[in-house]
Amino acid sequence: MSVTTPLQFRGPGKDAEQETPPVRGAKEPRRKRVGERGPGVSATRAQQTRAAWLFLALPGLLFLLFTALPVVVAATVSLSDYAVIGPLNWVGFKNYIDIASDPFFWIALRNTVYYTVLYVPLGLAIALATALLLNRNGKAVRVFRTLFYIPVVSSTVATATVWYWVLNPQHGLLNEVLSWFGINGPAWLYDSHWAMLAIVLMSVWAGFGGNMMIFLGGLQGVSPDLKEAARLDGANAWQVFRHVVLPGIRRTTFLVSTLLIINAFQVFDQAYVLTKGGPGNSTVTIVYYIYDRGFGSLQMGYASALSFILFVIILVFSLVNARLTNRDAEK
Amino acid sequence: MTASVVSADRQRLQRRAQTVRRIKTVAWWLGVCLVSIVTVAPLVWTLATSLKPAGEILSNSLSLIPRSPTLQNYIHAVTTVPYGRYFVNTLIVAVGGAVANLFFGSLAGYALAKLRFRGRQAVFITFLSSLMVPSIVTMIPTFLVLRHLPLLGGNDVTGNGGLGLINTYWAVIIPGAAGAFAVFFMKQFFESLPDELGEAARIDGAGEFRIFATVYFPLTRAGLAVLGLLSFQAGWNNFLWPLIVLNDPKMMTVQVGLAGFVNNYTTDYGPLMAGTVITMLPVLAVFILAQRWLIQGIASVGIK
Repeated sequence: MSVTTPLQFRGPGKDAEQETPPVRGAKEPRRKRVGERGPGVSATRAQQTRAAWLFLALPGLLFLLFTALPVVVAATVSLSDYAVIGPLNWVGFKNYIDIASDPFFWIALRNTVYYTVLYVPLGLAIALATALLLNRNGKAVRVFRTLFYIPVVSSTVATATVWYWVLNPQHGLLNEVLSWFGINGPAWLYDSHWAMLAIVLMSVWAGFGGNMMIFLGGLQGVSPDLKEAARLDGANAWQVFRHVVLPGIRRTTFLVSTLLIINAFQVFDQAYVLTKGGPGNSTVTIVYYIYDRGFGSLQMGYASALSFILFVIILVFSLVNARLTNRDAEK
Repeated sequence: MTASVVSADRQRLQRRAQTVRRIKTVAWWLGVCLVSIVTVAPLVWTLATSLKPAGEILSNSLSLIPRSPTLQNYIHAVTTVPYGRYFVNTLIVAVGGAVANLFFGSLAGYALAKLRFRGRQAVFITFLSSLMVPSIVTMIPTFLVLRHLPLLGGNDVTGNGGLGLINTYWAVIIPGAAGAFAVFFMKQFFESLPDELGEAARIDGAGEFRIFATVYFPLTRAGLAVLGLLSFQAGWNNFLWPLIVLNDPKMMTVQVGLAGFVNNYTTDYGPLMAGTVITMLPVLAVFILAQRWLIQGIASVGIK
């Protein structure tokens, strides 16, 4: 999972917010004031309001300066040819038009979509399967939960170097193990057909533990009575899973798949460390291309336009995902 | 006669159910052990490789126990790459980031959870919605903002002429200091504490800041510990942002250093794996020492 700025959360923000609407606090005192006209109540309210804005002042300023303002600046810069050095010219939508006929953009887009299409379903399935495996109590379960989670702790760079060795064609762990079964493993990172797949495998290995934890949280919300009732009605294990468990964790599935999509489209670290985009441009991803343009060639305007296009792509895919999840709900 | 037939049938059924249960248990153990091997084996193998002398790495590549263990790879790694320096840099950035997140996360989280004021919901939604913006969109502008902060790092009043905060620890710490996750996490935590504590203090005439500092804040130790560890881990593992804003070799972090190592010593697996172990060790150690708390903390955020 790529965590770029310190702590970009992968957790269930929206779920919790919907469950605990904090309106209760806002309404009550006002109603009281009409009835009682107690000066004390409105005094503490004014006090609380003042304190709240005081408390929020610094975090709010940081938020404005490093989240809100940058979005506006990115939109503005994407309409210019800003290149750090030299004068800035406004070029309108030229960057966006140029991107449409930029062969590297299409290569990067194709690679990123390929990665996403493999990584998201695989990551989702393995996270859910392992969560189902560990959805019980006991001392052993706690140990295995920790063992499954260990890859999440290490950084993408360290994971990548570990896998750089695991994927070594002659001496790597993976091909050695494959050879026990008579399979002659490919050259992985040195073969343009296999390089991206290798990065997918590595990313799934590195990230599934975190999503497994979210799924475990979701699975605890599925009522055991409901499962028992279905079993008594003669449903087999698969039917219980398909018709009771899966609908019960729909919101969790939606959350995890959205997080996976957002992360998948921003894949960078692994490609940067392992392949530098090669072999034959087969692992150039969009963020890699943005990095290369923005901080390699200093074409900040062009890179900003690219990043906005990526933003829109992520938004579209997230919305499609939301539609698909909701359509399943209506069935 | 019939009674004994029935009981024999029941016995057979019971035996069958028992066998099925046993098979299921064995399958479960096989499954979890297999997954554990897949997650742990590459790491154990990395450690093993890092302890093997150069000749053994390729000839005896698969073995998990080095025939003649040596620390020469570590010495090699530490002498070719200034790991000590990188270590200190990363420690400052990670600890600084964690402290900032705890401080600002608590302030904002407390205000959003325990204080009543108009616009609370709007502020919270604004914070949360920032999680939706991919970090790559804000990356270039954040770089520009840091570079053009007026009167810092050789800049004039208009924010030109110098490098601003680029190539300083602040460039990594400040942009993520009030992370939306920290705010959200602490808000959840403060909400789990009873309102009555604050009300009682308020009736006693305590000011809002005193209520926060003396009544609620001491109760959040467990939450702070989990958030602190998670922030530290994220800060330690952060790669792309330090790569962008710290381009002076003296300022680099271990992750950036390790990435450079891979590019320059592509076939020197021994030192490379030693470097990887050095990079991983601090977070792995923190995780193993605090894993009980952490896993619980992560799970509880997931459940809520």
